[in-house]
Amino acid sequence: METTPTRQLPWSKGQARYALISVRDMHIEYWAERGQVKAVRGVDFDIFPGESLSLIGESGSGKTTLGLGLIRLLVKTADITRGQVIYRRNGVEQDVLKLDPDGLRHFRWQECAMVFQAAQSAFNPVLRIRDQMYETVKAHRPATRAEVNALASELLERVQLEPSRVLRAYPHELSGGMRQRVLIAMALLLNPPLIILDEPTTALDILTQRTIIDLLRALQNDLNFAMMFISHDLSLAAELANHVATMYAGRIVEYGTVNQIFYEPRHPYTLGLIRAVPTVTGGFEDLSSIAGTPPDLIDLPPGCKFHLRCPFATRRCQQEEPDLIHIGPEHAAACFYWQEVERQADRPWEEIKAPSEGDV
Amino acid sequence: MIQATSQVPLIEVRNLSRAFGSRRHRIWAVDDVSFRVPHGDILCLVGESGCGKTTTGKLVAGLLRPTSGEMLFEGRNIWEMERSEFKRYRTAVQLIHQDPYASLNPMHTIYDIITAPLFRHNLVSSRAHAWERCVELFNIVGLTPPEDLLRKHPHELSGGQRQRVSVARALTVNPSFIVADEAVSMVDVSIRVSLLTMLGRLRKEFDVTFLFITHDLALAKYFAWDGRIAVMYVGSVIELADTPRLINDPLHPYTQALLSAVPEADPELTRSKQRIPLRSQDIPSLLNLPTGCRFHPRCPQFIEGLCDVQRPALVDTGDGRQVACHLVARERGMIK
Repeated sequence: METTPTRQLPWSKGQARYALISVRDMHIEYWAERGQVKAVRGVDFDIFPGESLSLIGESGSGKTTLGLGLIRLLVKTADITRGQVIYRRNGVEQDVLKLDPDGLRHFRWQECAMVFQAAQSAFNPVLRIRDQMYETVKAHRPATRAEVNALASELLERVQLEPSRVLRAYPHELSGGMRQRVLIAMALLLNPPLIILDEPTTALDILTQRTIIDLLRALQNDLNFAMMFISHDLSLAAELANHVATMYAGRIVEYGTVNQIFYEPRHPYTLGLIRAVPTVTGGFEDLSSIAGTPPDLIDLPPGCKFHLRCPFATRRCQQEEPDLIHIGPEHAAACFYWQEVERQADRPWEEIKAPSEGDV
Repeated sequence: MIQATSQVPLIEVRNLSRAFGSRRHRIWAVDDVSFRVPHGDILCLVGESGCGKTTTGKLVAGLLRPTSGEMLFEGRNIWEMERSEFKRYRTAVQLIHQDPYASLNPMHTIYDIITAPLFRHNLVSSRAHAWERCVELFNIVGLTPPEDLLRKHPHELSGGQRQRVSVARALTVNPSFIVADEAVSMVDVSIRVSLLTMLGRLRKEFDVTFLFITHDLALAKYFAWDGRIAVMYVGSVIELADTPRLINDPLHPYTQALLSAVPEADPELTRSKQRIPLRSQDIPSLLNLPTGCRFHPRCPQFIEGLCDVQRPALVDTGDGRQVACHLVARERGMIK
């Protein structure tokens, strides 16, 4: 298959042809009664083998849609209107969006598994865990029950569960944290090089969250798969990500290493998010929140989609939407005034002044 | 403004317990909980799911009757009150629910939702007066423009706006005490802080005392920095202290484990945190509670023959804190 080489992202940590997956210019829309919901509007990123990328953003920022779009699991009312999802393995490049049903079935789970948000509804409630495991493997390759049981036992032990007990159990007999661990074990059944995790620790208790986080870190160390996290929880990104992408109104507005995003944010929205989250350790901190609410994805404002909530916004921001531009090694931001963000990064949110129009 | 000198606390619970289920399969969701919340104070209840914090909140709000123990409002047991007195308590203590999608009637307009208690308690004389009061309340909770929002239905509002409506509804009856049960947990991160700031302002400007229930220790710390935190585990309070000391110098092994486990939104901090490993991951079932200290099967400092035999009581440490742990009691030479 002849393909034009994938466009290189200047902020990517390596050449696109070595990436496991390259997403380019991805657009996803939903059809709703009120009109077209522009959930994802032109997203570009690479994930390299063994890397972990975290997508952060509020509800409605398009992060879950993007994750589902990557493995083409969107609902029927959604449509990937444009874009490429280039997947590379053993020197072969494929566009996931152009795969036929057989190719897609191979891609899902064998190449890219997903751990879903609601661990309860991700299972078939009338099947024991061992049957769910068996069916998952059998859908992809010939397998015997004994073989799958052995494999499943090994994986369950890795996620610190008792195989003899869990394999026999029905999903409802397990606690939330146990179900989440079973889902992770299931994702690993076919040893995929990429796992997408949608809010893997949301709705779990602190000590259970800790177990899951430590497990994922250890598993990734041993098995060296790449992960893409989707989470509104910044602490999960702080714990596990190498790179972080901030999403707002369907676009990536900032991309950088985990330390850049947390300590040198250059998009006002990232700055605002980081400022809004308290930490437990240490003394009292002054926090501030971002005024206003995320925009309506059916009726998006003109210009930068964040300008209505942004203390840096000028008239230019009301008219023109900034592109994601390269601002430093492995760092990109979609803001005309990213240098101004750097200058005022230490000021309280309320005291930030918009730059005068001629400044940039 | 804060009259902490008065002897009788606004809210006090004494040996409060609540069981659910049939006589054979009984579980104690709340088991022998005692605390006081003086006028103007904040008490945070934190703990994992199933620890009994919501049930405690409902007992304080008078939505559940205790199986045993007392719930006192201004020193009087609410379940022994006269009708008129009970009604006064009912308006003085208000509950804000966790889920702003479920706590507002979807068939009613926001105006209906806010004015129902105003008319019910004869707090307004006319429709014009009611409208005026709504606008006033919306300004307090930061809902603008009030005129537009009042005509809408709940589904037309965002989660943050709905939660502000819940707060405005609670304020209609001029409460002196608010039980906020995970009041900001379902709201997006970027607007949580503004909701908390608004609640904090109620405390200062309208003299409202708070019982703030949350599973999020960072939120508890932020909201109740000048208040106190009570940590609950399987139905009981295991540690209670002023917020700065509870966060920075926890005494109970469970509190220590919890704090060491919290993932932080700061990569260097969270990746360098000292972890306290537990002996077991499993939260005990309320149907089959461990003997002795309920934390002993998981406790890293467990002492055989003591912790699994005798249940530690919540006792004063002598420096204004309370903790239920044999080890701490031993170390500090406290006599039980």
